[in-house]
Amino acid sequence: MTPRILVGAAAGLVLLFLLAPILAILPLSFSASDILRLPPEGWSLRWYAALLSSERWLLAARNSLLVAGATTLLGTVLGTLAALGLHFGRFPGRGAVLALLAAPVVTPSIVTAAALFLAYSAVGLAGTFVGLVLAHTVISVPFVVLAVLASLRSFDPALLRAAASLGAPPAAAFRRVVLPLIAPGVAAGAVFAFATSFDEFILTLFLAGPGQFTLPRQIYAAVRDVWDPTICAAAVLLFLASMLLLLASEALRRRGGGIG
Amino acid sequence: MSAPLVLFRRVAKSYDGRTQAVAPLDLAVAEGEFLTLLGPSGSGKTTTLMMLAGFEEPSSGEILLEGKVITRVPPHRRGIGVVFQNYALFPHMSVAENLAFPLEMRRLPRAEREARIARALAMVRMEGLADRRPAQLSGGQQQRVALARALIFSPRLVLMDEPLGALDRQLREQLQLEIKALHARLGVTILYVTHDQGEALTMSDRIAVFRTGRVEQLGTPREIYDRPATAFVAGFIGENNLIPVEVLGQEGAFARCRLPGGAEVLAAAAHPPGPALLVLRPERILLGGDLPNRLFATVRNAVFLGDQTRLVVALGETTLTVKLPHRAGEHAVAPGERIALGFAPDAALLLPAEEGR
Repeated sequence: MTPRILVGAAAGLVLLFLLAPILAILPLSFSASDILRLPPEGWSLRWYAALLSSERWLLAARNSLLVAGATTLLGTVLGTLAALGLHFGRFPGRGAVLALLAAPVVTPSIVTAAALFLAYSAVGLAGTFVGLVLAHTVISVPFVVLAVLASLRSFDPALLRAAASLGAPPAAAFRRVVLPLIAPGVAAGAVFAFATSFDEFILTLFLAGPGQFTLPRQIYAAVRDVWDPTICAAAVLLFLASMLLLLASEALRRRGGGIG
Repeated sequence: MSAPLVLFRRVAKSYDGRTQAVAPLDLAVAEGEFLTLLGPSGSGKTTTLMMLAGFEEPSSGEILLEGKVITRVPPHRRGIGVVFQNYALFPHMSVAENLAFPLEMRRLPRAEREARIARALAMVRMEGLADRRPAQLSGGQQQRVALARALIFSPRLVLMDEPLGALDRQLREQLQLEIKALHARLGVTILYVTHDQGEALTMSDRIAVFRTGRVEQLGTPREIYDRPATAFVAGFIGENNLIPVEVLGQEGAFARCRLPGGAEVLAAAAHPPGPALLVLRPERILLGGDLPNRLFATVRNAVFLGDQTRLVVALGETTLTVKLPHRAGEHAVAPGERIALGFAPDAALLLPAEEGR
């Protein structure tokens, strides 16, 4: 056997190890019985029907979309502005600011969550929708900043001077010249922000009140509560949504030429 | 003379607070003139242009446009057209959209915009390419669009920063003539930056020769070429022989100089006795010994270029470049040959020695 085949076999095993639990959930979600067993004894869509008729799950889905939507909006605007400032600004400590913005990526989620929990308790944001969106924004912004910074690297600064010489005030120059050219980076950042919020669990566990349960939080509650294949159906849908977001960001990356 | 369109008043720029990119500069640009800022890279010419455009802020001094101080006016309110070295066309807009941009910023009605775009396209002979994207155009076409875009809003002043630097020689020469023709036709004032002395001589009404942040000489191309004020200008504009000589004394309108190797010549210039630099254009040195200033030199190198023959000859320890126009029947000069050369006293200039060299 050549080393090449060995490497391929090892990679295949690793992939199988990573994917097997997810793949196992797929048939389980279509099971006809309420016993979790492989292979299922019959096929049905009953768990999906149960999912879509459960008020708890629907509320969780709605919350997930609302929080992720608001996070995406806030995170994309703030992250894009931060990236512009970091790219075009000439001030001491730019590297330090970037490191600070990226800190939530490397800080263990549990630390961020505990810190935010304490801080939120002090100011009354714990258990509120706004608090949850702010928390998700904190961990989403770095992805937006990095994606937009990457697209700004290929932006020719002479275009800004050209726009100014042609009579465009800074805001018009940004809207007409900068934004269209960095749009793929901004969009990729927005997708990252959405996906980050949509998948987020630990912060939500600490900060969300019962009214703000998101899908991951609801899965966690259901697992501890009643272990039935509804969870599998929810997991499959969440997995599909994440796949779609991944494909979208990949498509944007290709269009933008090396973003992300 | 009317008030200048542009006036630099003691304008200086320093990036680090110690070295001056532009030393205090006084410069007046007349309405309708084609003024070229010429100099090697790092001489301050582009910085000067960028301060006028508003992209760089002077460290001190003030800039006046049409009599008003504009030093603190942001670039988008200066109404100055700028043509950039790498065109700086908006890549996501078509040619027509690029041209429409300054008109939209000025809120011109659609009909007026379209009329102007059509005229501008005709002006640079780009009709039929209105819907192309910049990436679909050649370099020369892109620069024509950039030119049209800088002119379409009828600015009184247009700045050009090495606009032809990225083009090949033939295209460059063609566009030089086109820009010159546009300048004559539109009556617009052009401030042009280049490091190409040939381009400066071809296009300009006046040339300001920059060196290390200062203007070494300001004058018409003919003045700059014929009467360089410093050794730097003499060496930078066209080809020149800068010969270290000893001025022996003044004989009326002529200074008697001793060349390296001992020969004595007359220069139609006044200079106190002592070391000096004799400036002599290669094309002003002639073959043959029937001129008042005669020198004998050994040919080191002879290159036949068609219309002329370039000789490098040794005169003592110095070498001279000589350009001999091609004439029928003349014998070809060969390396190693000892030849007699001469030049008229009024072909030579004298500059102070050690001038910055």
